[in-house]
Amino acid sequence: MSEPATPDAASPEEGDDEGRTDRAEQPEQTDEEAAAAREDAATRAPGSGANAVVAALEAAGVETAFGVQGGAIMPVYDALSESSVHHITMAHEQGAVHAADAYGIVRGDPGVCLATSGPGATNLVTGIADASMDSDAMLALTGQVPSDMVGSDAFQETDTVGVTAPITKHNYFASDSDEVGRTVGEAFALANTGRPGPTLVDLPKDVSFGETDRPVGEPTAPERAVPDDEADEEQVEAAARAIETAERPLCLFGGGVIKGDATEQARAFAREFGIPVVTTMPGIGSFPEDDDLCLSWAGMHGTGYANMAITHTDCLIAVGTRFDDRLTGGVDTFAPEAEVVHVDIDPAEISKNVHADYPVVGDAGTVLDQLDAAIGYGDAPDTEAWREQCAEWREEYPMDYAIDPDEPVKPQFVVEAFDAATGDDAYVTTGVGQHQMWAAQYWTYREPRTFVSSHGLGTMGYGLPAAVGARVAADDDREVISFEGDGSFLMTIQELSVAVRENLDITVVVLNNEYIGMVRQWQDAFFEGNHMASQYDWMPEFDTLAEAFGAKGFRIDEYDDVEAVVEEALAYDGPSVVDAHIDPEENVYPMVASGAANGQFALAEDQL
Amino acid sequence: MTGEDEHAATDGGTDHPADSPIAEHARPAGGDAPETGLAGPTPEERPHPSGRRDEHGVRKEPDDGGEPTRRATVSALVEDEPGVLARAAGLFRRRQFNIESLTVGPTTVEGHSRITLVVEETEAGIDQAKKQLAKLTPVIAVGELSDDAVAAELVLLKVRGEEPDKVHAITSMYDGETLDAGPRTITVQITGDENLIDDAIDAFDQFGIIEIARTGQTALERGDSPTTPGEEPGHSAGSTDDDEFTNYDD
Ligand SMILES: Cc1ncc(C[n+]2csc(CCOP(=O)(O)OP(=O)(O)O)c2C)c(N)n1
Repeated sequence: MSEPATPDAASPEEGDDEGRTDRAEQPEQTDEEAAAAREDAATRAPGSGANAVVAALEAAGVETAFGVQGGAIMPVYDALSESSVHHITMAHEQGAVHAADAYGIVRGDPGVCLATSGPGATNLVTGIADASMDSDAMLALTGQVPSDMVGSDAFQETDTVGVTAPITKHNYFASDSDEVGRTVGEAFALANTGRPGPTLVDLPKDVSFGETDRPVGEPTAPERAVPDDEADEEQVEAAARAIETAERPLCLFGGGVIKGDATEQARAFAREFGIPVVTTMPGIGSFPEDDDLCLSWAGMHGTGYANMAITHTDCLIAVGTRFDDRLTGGVDTFAPEAEVVHVDIDPAEISKNVHADYPVVGDAGTVLDQLDAAIGYGDAPDTEAWREQCAEWREEYPMDYAIDPDEPVKPQFVVEAFDAATGDDAYVTTGVGQHQMWAAQYWTYREPRTFVSSHGLGTMGYGLPAAVGARVAADDDREVISFEGDGSFLMTIQELSVAVRENLDITVVVLNNEYIGMVRQWQDAFFEGNHMASQYDWMPEFDTLAEAFGAKGFRIDEYDDVEAVVEEALAYDGPSVVDAHIDPEENVYPMVASGAANGQFALAEDQL
Repeated sequence: MTGEDEHAATDGGTDHPADSPIAEHARPAGGDAPETGLAGPTPEERPHPSGRRDEHGVRKEPDDGGEPTRRATVSALVEDEPGVLARAAGLFRRRQFNIESLTVGPTTVEGHSRITLVVEETEAGIDQAKKQLAKLTPVIAVGELSDDAVAAELVLLKVRGEEPDKVHAITSMYDGETLDAGPRTITVQITGDENLIDDAIDAFDQFGIIEIARTGQTALERGDSPTTPGEEPGHSAGSTDDDEFTNYDD
């Protein structure tokens, strides 16, 4: 456990200091040293199963892991104490798994979390399911009761492999000390191979204790799991012809563009051919939102102009998206005019939800380069009129809000104020609810991996632990802001203790409406305003609570508070919590009702 | 609260200079942001294309009916690790594929098993079932069997033993075997394709069927074609290097 570093060790003035505050005691390694350390871990005789597990992590280059101790995982932790892997003890296993998830998102490498058997493992389940829905690379290591007790309903026994089978890319029950290191290496590599996803290795205590001198080797995914990056030339040619002849082509960039590190190719492709871009929510940051070509994100709470473009495009070039229902609305009315080009690394996504007229299976960046090359010189579609149409929609459906200085603060204003005060490369994490949508709508994202959120599963409580993971993963000079709802924040608030202990410079902004706001909005729209279980009669003072944790607390009650609080909260070097009391009645628009047509988005409640 | 009054009040105030972020959004913002919600043409005022997609997201003519289903036999070569059948079964349950039967058994290659399943699905559903199955890590290869593949299943039938001669006659008619004959019950085994088994069960019904155990269908591709295409044929431990003795269970 690292000592909390002195608060001014990484003050903004010394912003380009190397090394993280919380790991200041660890000297920076050169690339050669790091490679040598990995090699050593892969080739040395580990001694025990637990040491092999840790050696496998080291051989994979893992720098940080998040977890909570406990009986069945204790041998692994004991081995971890001798390791170069920095362990961050979280307050709750859900915190550990979300932190690992966000760490992985920011780093582009699998995040690692550990938990003991039974409740430790089941506490990971939400976060594993979350990672699975969002195709986040992650490795979970769980302790298990000794092999000879498995199946006997022993103390803290859960069938972890059974419970997590449907929510992992693959999971493993380790049964042999000689093999366990290789298994952990394989699970790590598999998590980040092809379409990423979470993997899990269940580690019975006797396997961890067992002796082994077999080196763990380099982490390698099963050969079968390694897909071809390059797409079939015929598929590419067919898609290229469709794009060339389109009149209203539209790029739809999903999370796969970011996970596949294909943002450069995506940007180059859209710009070269002048094709307007919409993203999915997980695709936010794949294309700069302030670029003229970018119409921001589409779907349930996406912009009106993005949804208009999707509704009227005649050629949808979808890259790395799984056509989630929050994006498509009703499939029957989704992009009804469009031939669909679908680029994905996972063939099972092709035509799963929306039929692909032109399937192209391969790595996003590689395929975009292939498409680029296949579109003949001078054959690019003429998109000028279409771009003008998109620009008109942008004018017609502005993402704007009116404020009255004497009324409660609008949440959008708070989001914009933090955006204006931070760099383009700041990280934003969120909980789930209205605040998440405002953070997605009113922050202008320009860089990949900067919007870290729970998309497919919609897990309240994601924001704070994700901020912890993002902070540990990120360079010192990049800000980490977590937008929370009052409800979401209360679900994992205990992780503030970790942020304080590790002196993590994060700013939590609670958009406090004293409602389970998103539920209240739906109740107003679809349940005659019956606010069953969506209104809190009492809420703690989050700024005071933050102080009790040892963090810094701020409060916003009116517009005139905003500027100073933003400045002070960002300047504070350590965790701070801004309790922003916002207009409790504010709603999120536009909104496409579940199953409705994207083009039918409502701009106000009476349009639903 | 009327926008006009507030607007006037804001304009008159000195607290917020015209270029401050607050003034920028002061009502009426961007021209005419409404008090709640956003500005812009209402859904009725927007153009809507008339095209539609079916439930698989395929664009269709307005009056297209639903897609027909068909029955497909799918074979998967898998690593014989614990839980592989549970994974396959769990996958089909979770994704709501219509599975008629699922069988598993060893192959000539140690450590490899073959799962055979029969699905009743639309074309798109069959395609999804195959792709999802192929995605499971222990699955080596997946193939759909052609119409002329050889397929068979086995049924054990326990019937009342009052008319042993007649039972014997029907058993012979279906090329079956009598496995157990006692004073009160006779147990026979019938193998064949699904239709034959269905017929046989109907035929034995006259005696009174006490119990049935049915395996579900298993199948192989005919002749030289591998059952799970895409896999290179390999050699089992006992075979020679002669290509004629290749097997496809690797
Ligand atoms: C773990 C979990 N439980 C319940 C929900 C259902 N849900 C979605 S949004 C929401 C309200 C969130 O309230 P709050 O965090 O205060 O955010 P707000 O919508 O007010 O911004 C709820 C309960 C969920 N998404 N996740």
